[in-house]
Amino acid sequence: MMRDYFHQLSDAVGSMLQGNEVYTLNFLAEESDFVRFNKSKVRQAGAVTQRSVSIDLIAGQRHAEGELCLSGDLELDRPRVESLVKSLREQRGVLPDDPYLLYATEVHSTDQEGEDKLPSKADAVDQIQSAGAGRDLVGIYAAGGIQRGFANSLGQRNWFSSNNFNLDWSFYHTADKAVKEGYAGFEWDPAAFQKKVEVAGQKLDAVKRPSKRIERGNYRVYLSPVALYDIVGMLGWGGFGLEAHKTKSTPLLKMVEEGKTLDKQVTLRENTKDGVAPGFQGAGYLKPDHVDLILEGSYKDCLVSPRSAKQYGVPTNGAGAHESPTSLDLSGGALAQDSVLETLETGVYMGNVWYLNYSDRVNCRTTGMTRFATFWVEDGEIKAPIDVMRFDETIYHVLGENLVGLTAERDFILDADTYFRRATSSGRMPGAVVNAFAFTL
Amino acid sequence: MLETLEARFRAAMPAVDFCSFRFMREKAEQVAVRRGVLEPVSSSDDMGVMVTVAHDGGWGYGATSDLSQEGLERAVKQAREWAERTQGKTVFDPAELPQAQAKGHYAGPVENAWEDVKLIDKVDLLKRECARLKTDDAIVNWISAFSHTAGESLIVTSAGGHLTQTFSYLIPSMMVHANKGAETVRRTFGANAFGRQGGMEVLQQTGFNTAAPRIAEQALMLLAAPDCPEETTHLLLAPDQMVLQIHESIGHPIELDRILGDERNYAGTSFVTLDMFGSYQYGSELLNVSFDPTISEQMASYGYDDDGTPAVKEYVIEKGLLKRPLGGATSQVRAQPLQPGIQGVANSRACSWNRPPIDRMANLNVEPGTSSVEDMVKSIERGVYMETNLSWSIDDSRNKFQFGCEYGRLIENGVLKGVVKNPNYRGVSASFWRNLAMVGDASTVQIMGTPNCGKGEPNQMVRVGHASPTCLFSDVEVFGGAK
Repeated sequence: MMRDYFHQLSDAVGSMLQGNEVYTLNFLAEESDFVRFNKSKVRQAGAVTQRSVSIDLIAGQRHAEGELCLSGDLELDRPRVESLVKSLREQRGVLPDDPYLLYATEVHSTDQEGEDKLPSKADAVDQIQSAGAGRDLVGIYAAGGIQRGFANSLGQRNWFSSNNFNLDWSFYHTADKAVKEGYAGFEWDPAAFQKKVEVAGQKLDAVKRPSKRIERGNYRVYLSPVALYDIVGMLGWGGFGLEAHKTKSTPLLKMVEEGKTLDKQVTLRENTKDGVAPGFQGAGYLKPDHVDLILEGSYKDCLVSPRSAKQYGVPTNGAGAHESPTSLDLSGGALAQDSVLETLETGVYMGNVWYLNYSDRVNCRTTGMTRFATFWVEDGEIKAPIDVMRFDETIYHVLGENLVGLTAERDFILDADTYFRRATSSGRMPGAVVNAFAFTL
Repeated sequence: MLETLEARFRAAMPAVDFCSFRFMREKAEQVAVRRGVLEPVSSSDDMGVMVTVAHDGGWGYGATSDLSQEGLERAVKQAREWAERTQGKTVFDPAELPQAQAKGHYAGPVENAWEDVKLIDKVDLLKRECARLKTDDAIVNWISAFSHTAGESLIVTSAGGHLTQTFSYLIPSMMVHANKGAETVRRTFGANAFGRQGGMEVLQQTGFNTAAPRIAEQALMLLAAPDCPEETTHLLLAPDQMVLQIHESIGHPIELDRILGDERNYAGTSFVTLDMFGSYQYGSELLNVSFDPTISEQMASYGYDDDGTPAVKEYVIEKGLLKRPLGGATSQVRAQPLQPGIQGVANSRACSWNRPPIDRMANLNVEPGTSSVEDMVKSIERGVYMETNLSWSIDDSRNKFQFGCEYGRLIENGVLKGVVKNPNYRGVSASFWRNLAMVGDASTVQIMGTPNCGKGEPNQMVRVGHASPTCLFSDVEVFGGAK
């Protein structure tokens, strides 16, 4: 139904054009249920229906962009869209040419309609509360349909819809001692969920042991796939965008300017083909299956938005305006997942990290905290949870000279972010054993 | 429009224990000039309604961007369904929640309205300021920008509540990157924390029109500067870093919903516990912190929060003593049985119509003391002055923190000396504020704020305000870049 509305809306905007005008249009919608839990009870529960369109009204190199929320009923929305188009036309009239305006002029239409296999709200809530019985469960269940569309006046139509759920939850023992888990996907499998609950319960038993306080210093660590996703994800803050490279603000500046390298095991891709994000971007360009960002430890390609492409005279590779990855993929290594404790031998098992930020961007040094299930390991055995520690490390150590190995198995991580709307980004990550990881506080 | 909406609300009002309709609209526009070229001018018009229902021991909401009668009735139906589905399963008893009855109107300040200045004049102004940032070949990136948002809200409740509010926010920003080889530094206009309520007059109030030459000059100085030394010493923090220090290590730890455990899966818990209010010495006796929604130009001033509670100024810390948490009406009801007599503030806020209200910071300010900047510098035998937040990270209990700034200067024998780059410091909230040694007087206060405070599940980004004087701390670990 939303797809029909999107096509009707796109045609309607086309009928509003004058003279040599061109439009590009992006449609965003979702119907979400959000259920928030605390102490295994419901804190807040509700439903959100939101739809919006952004239109770029173009004539030659002049253009103006505007976004409008929608009801989803074209008869109701048409007058407001007409009003937006009219105001964009007026605004465009006073603006200068945009020398970096670039949009797709070859028509490549696509259509991806996701199946709806979501569980009923009652089933999901009941199962989650059952999992929390006798425990302190806190977190959020987010589920429902997500729709994205691109259209232009050249006739291109790209449609993407997905129906997914993302349960992001923790079991708490006391104070800050807890275990975090995630269960996300397209079809709820009670057995798979139960398995995750059992694994979390086992980790919680380990968290209940008396905690150990470690001193500042360098330790051998294991970074779980989720922890590594957060650390590698920091590189998305301007690490790969052509604009950041041209303005020398990339945190990977030393790789670019001085030829600094990471370990040869490190191959990092924007892997759109195996991700869950739409395969098109806001100016109508399709994304390639993948872009090699770092290949065997050396910097390879940038993410290039149409705007950067025009400015710097290179082809776009379908990146969005912010030139950030949405489907990060770090290749696996040779370590078997079931041997990581043995490989770690003595050190810190880091299940999660928290609140990362650059403390020295030029040197790609990141600070952050341990959080949730983080354990002290001796002789390949988990001994005790550790009290939270601050780390401050550069990627050149973690994935460079101090990298012992990456696991062969990788986790597929669906982003649980819900700022403004539910995220469609994801990552595929191995775990990593790292030497001399610096804890500073 | 509001009259039509209100009529629809009343027509859709269900027969339940309690129901509220909360309409929010925000019209925003961004204008930016990057390296002399105008970026695409973009605008947005976002509006919708959240219907909240408490009934028969259950609680639920339905939110929609469909403002037709049918759309609102669908949202009511969703809210009722969730209220029914959560009967007896909620963390609080919905029947105990206060039902907003207040009636009133609040309008934020505007002197020189955004829409009264032609777009092309705004573009010309930004182009002028952008050009003034490019003073040297080493400056490889230079941007000037501002964004404006006009906000409007209407709350109607089944208990007779009727509230309307209007707001105007302006956020000016400037940034340069200076580069030499594999070294790049950043310098901004107060880390873009000069956002305020008002119109174009905010540019004059915050000094936007005179900042460009200083920003460019300091970026070039940083490019040539040595790293901040590594030592434990005195730390003098400017207001545009105090903003962050207050926010992360006072504001978040004393949010009542964190203390009650709501945020443990995401934003985190708190080292503060309910029994600490009224007895815990949070900082030195020089520390006075207020929740103050009455400074009209500050980012998060308002007449009523999103639960309809009238907003008034309250001290949360007085002479270093922790007095009350940042908790709205719902959290106060939940906390009372656990800590009888605990009080809160009117800080139940939602980022938009599509998210439910939770406890947020609003304006949280350090009150001025009696020292001038000159007195504070003179008192320091050795120390570091830091300005403008660049990096921030703190643990999930809001204790162990590490913050970095854009610009630092050494202080030796009571005199400000050379510039240092990568000035970072780390500490623990529970002890850091007790080392507050001097507090700047009113002449050192800057009213600042940020639009980007993230919290909540589902996630929410809200505007917060922080006003602060320059402050001096003793025995702080400072350090520089990677070796």
